[in-house]
Amino acid sequence: MKELSLNILDIAQNSVKARADTIKILLNETSETLTIEIIDNGCGMKKDFLECVSDPFTTTRTTRKVGLGIPLFKLAAQQTDGDLSISSRHEDEFPDSHGTELKAVFNKNHLDFTPLGDVISTVTVLIQGQPDIRWIYEHKTQKGTVSLDTEELKAVLGDVPLNTFEVIGWIGEYLKEQYSEIGY
Amino acid sequence: MKSLAELAAIKEKMQNKVVLREGSSDIRVVVGMATCGIAAGARPVLNAFVEAVNGLELSDKVTVTQTGCIGICQYEPVVEIFEAGKEKVTYIKMTPEKAKEIAEKHLKGGNVVGEYTISNI
Repeated sequence: MKELSLNILDIAQNSVKARADTIKILLNETSETLTIEIIDNGCGMKKDFLECVSDPFTTTRTTRKVGLGIPLFKLAAQQTDGDLSISSRHEDEFPDSHGTELKAVFNKNHLDFTPLGDVISTVTVLIQGQPDIRWIYEHKTQKGTVSLDTEELKAVLGDVPLNTFEVIGWIGEYLKEQYSEIGY
Repeated sequence: MKSLAELAAIKEKMQNKVVLREGSSDIRVVVGMATCGIAAGARPVLNAFVEAVNGLELSDKVTVTQTGCIGICQYEPVVEIFEAGKEKVTYIKMTPEKAKEIAEKHLKGGNVVGEYTISNI
């Protein structure tokens, strides 16, 4: 993956597949580190699956026997001397608080740090593909915070779908302006 | 700065169209968005289709959606086009430029762009 935003797009699909109705994508930057968290309230993973989920030979896909989403993201973190961790609560055991939290920490100044890239495009593509999910996006930087909650947009839009072309365009511009506002 | 008021204006404008659109999509453009597709460049391909469909004013009859791994990772980005009463068309090794061309020739003009399909390998 050439950009971490592509890993985010990929990993968030796992949350979609886990039937989450709320997915949070939280980015937090300091001068040294970038922390990416993807938090969902989907079905969660059982302990034995969670233990091997970073293994490329673990996958839920039926088309072949390797799954590289989490291993690639983990590698991207580890090559900057960072790391990736996952905690999960399966719905069978935690009927009221199930979900998965994935956290990856990157050292931004490391030579092998992959740039974040076009994260706005990742957010708009996720909303375009899954307009019924509540997407919460927040990017804290040293200069300020950029955020979006599709629930607020839905309150304005009523029965106009979030994935209407004009709305997706507006969301992209809205985020772009927030970033230029804080001078990111 | 973009405001929610502006979004409300979009809503007003769109509301009439939405009624028209429901259930009337004849063509479905499906972009593979699993790890393999994303790594190969599916994100800009999807955006190119979304923009082209709107630019060519095809939103009433074409919907652009996403799917997981289609199973032919070596040919990603892969795009499948489903049309009622017709055979599925699979386009492979897609780029935003090819997407634009396919939107014009296939989605608008009704002619499959043979050179980009899987049957042409």
